[in-house]
Amino acid sequence: MIQTSTRKRSPIHALNSIKVVPYIFSLPFIIFFLVFFLYPIINTVNMSLYSAKGFAPPQFSGFSNYALLNNDYFIKACSISARYTIYTCLILIPVPLVLAALLNSGSVKGANAIKSSMFIPALTSVVMAGLFFRYAFSANENAIFNAILRSLGLPAQDWLAQQGTTMAVLVIFCCWKWMGVNIIYYFSALQSIPAELYESSRIDGANVVQQFFYVTIPSVRPTIIYVLTISIYGGFSMFAESFTLFNGARTPGDIGATIVGYIYSQGFNRNNFGLASAAGIVLLGIVLILNVIQLGLTGSFKKEVS
Amino acid sequence: MHSISKSKRVATIFCTALMLCFAILALMPFFFLLISSFKPGQEMVRNGLQFKFDFENYSLVNYGLLITERDGMYLNWYFNSVVILVVQVACGLVFSSMVGYALGKYSFRLRNTLFLLVLVTMMIPVEILILPLYKQIDAFGLINTYGGVVLPFSVSATGVFFFRQYSMGLPTELMEAARIDGSTEYGIYFKIMMPLMLPAFGAMTILMAMGSWNAMVWPMIVLRTTEMQTLPLGLQSLLTPYGNNYDLLLSGAVMSVLPIMVIFLLNQKSFIAGMTAGSVKG
Repeated sequence: MIQTSTRKRSPIHALNSIKVVPYIFSLPFIIFFLVFFLYPIINTVNMSLYSAKGFAPPQFSGFSNYALLNNDYFIKACSISARYTIYTCLILIPVPLVLAALLNSGSVKGANAIKSSMFIPALTSVVMAGLFFRYAFSANENAIFNAILRSLGLPAQDWLAQQGTTMAVLVIFCCWKWMGVNIIYYFSALQSIPAELYESSRIDGANVVQQFFYVTIPSVRPTIIYVLTISIYGGFSMFAESFTLFNGARTPGDIGATIVGYIYSQGFNRNNFGLASAAGIVLLGIVLILNVIQLGLTGSFKKEVS
Repeated sequence: MHSISKSKRVATIFCTALMLCFAILALMPFFFLLISSFKPGQEMVRNGLQFKFDFENYSLVNYGLLITERDGMYLNWYFNSVVILVVQVACGLVFSSMVGYALGKYSFRLRNTLFLLVLVTMMIPVEILILPLYKQIDAFGLINTYGGVVLPFSVSATGVFFFRQYSMGLPTELMEAARIDGSTEYGIYFKIMMPLMLPAFGAMTILMAMGSWNAMVWPMIVLRTTEMQTLPLGLQSLLTPYGNNYDLLLSGAVMSVLPIMVIFLLNQKSFIAGMTAGSVKG
């Protein structure tokens, strides 16, 4: 009797020990990571080594899927995704920081209302926003953006039929959607900078611009790195925007091609899982390498973990 | 002295005007889509969106279609989206907060390793995994079910990261005191620490709800039939080259944003406070 009761009690005690509790709390992530992250990645690597076309049994084919990726469409998709990532990073990293600094400086009336308004685009679905961008950038010469161009004395454009203007629409779309989110990230970081830093730099004779470069930027560095990381992620995995703008159709001259779009169409429209997996691994490699370089250069990985 | 206050006022006017322009640009698409939703959809397809307002032709006809068109298919999509949102956000909040709290408040052997894995998970686009995830969900028999949409995303790495940052700022002394009072570790979490993390829960609710409500790629893969589709998928399916569904598409798109906008506007204070406390620290 006594023995069973102690036997019964000890596991319960163990469940409450400080050594065990964090693992129990972490269990959802551990399971999630193994089942829905690590296993699928291994599976992708594995699938990429087989040529699995349609319903035929997969045949081991070594790296031939990777060789097949050396085609015009995929290279175009990579180049579009890369350029899109660069342009969006060039805008979505510095501009929101300046705007957040303005909002934080106290020289903007109604700063809270402005912040909220600018966040609202992030709440909308890509479908709804895509509807606006598709028809505001319509080829009709009275459509919003052509009307603006013409009022500036410039010729109307068939926006979604040319490479350069399509890229511009995609970048504007992205900036419109994420500007407010990045402003809030930066604003949060700016709020935690102690006022004394600005005070003492002013006593040392720094003007507003110098303060921005020598106090603000170094203080929000971790946030800049965070925003850069998610922007690289978002840029290379862009798909839904292009998908809604072109309604999933193959675009003339493939101006709407993206890496994820390639994975999707090869995998789900053509059942070519091997080739699609190889494309997925290439994307994984690009994003991982860029982020490792970026985090290595800024030395933040070590700092964040320790 | 006088000139300083004057230049300050000029700066205020200039900065406010500049930010106001950005705010207007951010809201412009909603305005134009709202206006268009009072007009036949064909007009937008043919002419694009224009700076032209003929108020006398506006009507609410398109909004009636939300209920009548195809036996209320739109309401069906709405229902699917709401169910998926509730389940996904509930799971996401419970699981991510537990893990984040463990990583932020306990020191244990695998802590750094687990945190590193969280960061790696955050950095890798899920889109890479759509093929193997599809196979897995298929093997579980969850294709075309709510469960199939929610399950692979029931733990959010971003959520874990966020709750870790937030919980690190909470006083450890409270945990010590509760232990002395004989509280279990679970009691400490649910009765003491969870209430303290409420602002973080507020911010995460909005972020996760946004993600779930607007998700497109993964639901598009899992949900196969029209009856099971969520709002973004249903609306996307109306975008046919023939342009004969655009009346419903316009009113449907407007009504799909309104609720989440209202939720955000009602909670914006706690949202921004939660973001501030949980964000990356300088």
